Amino acid sequence: MTDTATYLYAVTRSEPSDEIEGLRGVAGTEVRTIACEDLLAYVSTVSLDDFGAEPLRRSMEDLDWLGETAGAHHHVVEEVADRTPVAPVRLVTVYRGDDQVKALLRDRHDDFVDVLSNVTGRREWGVKAYVDLSAPGPTQTAPSLGGPGTAYLKRRQAGLRSREDAWRQAAAHAERLHETLSSVAVASHRHRAQDPELSGRKEAMLLNGAYLVESSRDDEFLKTVDDLRDRGVEIELTGPWAPYSFTDLEVRGDG
Amino acid sequence: MTVDPPRGAALAEQGRLPAERVALVDLLDRLLAGGVVVSGDLVLSIADIDLVRISLRVLIMSVRENLGEA
Repeated sequence: MTDTATYLYAVTRSEPSDEIEGLRGVAGTEVRTIACEDLLAYVSTVSLDDFGAEPLRRSMEDLDWLGETAGAHHHVVEEVADRTPVAPVRLVTVYRGDDQVKALLRDRHDDFVDVLSNVTGRREWGVKAYVDLSAPGPTQTAPSLGGPGTAYLKRRQAGLRSREDAWRQAAAHAERLHETLSSVAVASHRHRAQDPELSGRKEAMLLNGAYLVESSRDDEFLKTVDDLRDRGVEIELTGPWAPYSFTDLEVRGDG
Repeated sequence: MTVDPPRGAALAEQGRLPAERVALVDLLDRLLAGGVVVSGDLVLSIADIDLVRISLRVLIMSVRENLGEA
């Protein structure tokens, strides 16, 4: 009976220059590697007191813990991504021990090789588009007929209509935006739009896109983003990221 | 005539954004919905959607609390 487990961050092709000495991961643990055939897993040994199923259920409710752990996981992935193409693994993937990680590398070897060759020489960019649907429309200044009550109702109806129209137009714009950005990318993925309370902005998020871009086309992609700005939809760019949104083994796997 | 350098190009020049400047919510989009998901002899993986929902609820609650305190 052991009270430790193996936390998995990322998988790469093993290369002779893999030097990660001193790298720290979740809960301040030391990061090490497990090799199997030509694949390398980046892991650290964690305590089941912190990373067992039950403690995790509680910890995931703790924003400070979640922020720290996500940051540490991300840090390891970034450090590895700086050196070699990487397949990041989802947050808090914990194995009973190294043998299970080895078995994973062996059993899913071809899937990992596929994923890694798909992201080699490519980086992920995030593009979020917002629109302010509460902005006053042109109908609000229309001359009013009838009494103040009628005028109010008319304004209100017109306001609702123009809001709906504004939303429809904005959604269509987001779709075009996504298509335009996708045309410069190798692959694209639309994340769920963030709640305004999470995005920290009052504007509605129309697009929360991720784009896998050939490094040689980064400039072209960024120029495309800049060209798209200021057409009534505000754009926020994040990245470059490790290819988190393009390493879905569940989809790519052979089942 | 002066032309502002495009924001994207400026970001690219800086290289990758430091981890601490990455918004947690953008990070969680990727860490909770992306990345390799593997089933098997896991102790635990939060491929379990309920946990994702819990953590997002916590995020929203904490934002609300901050707004309330302000």
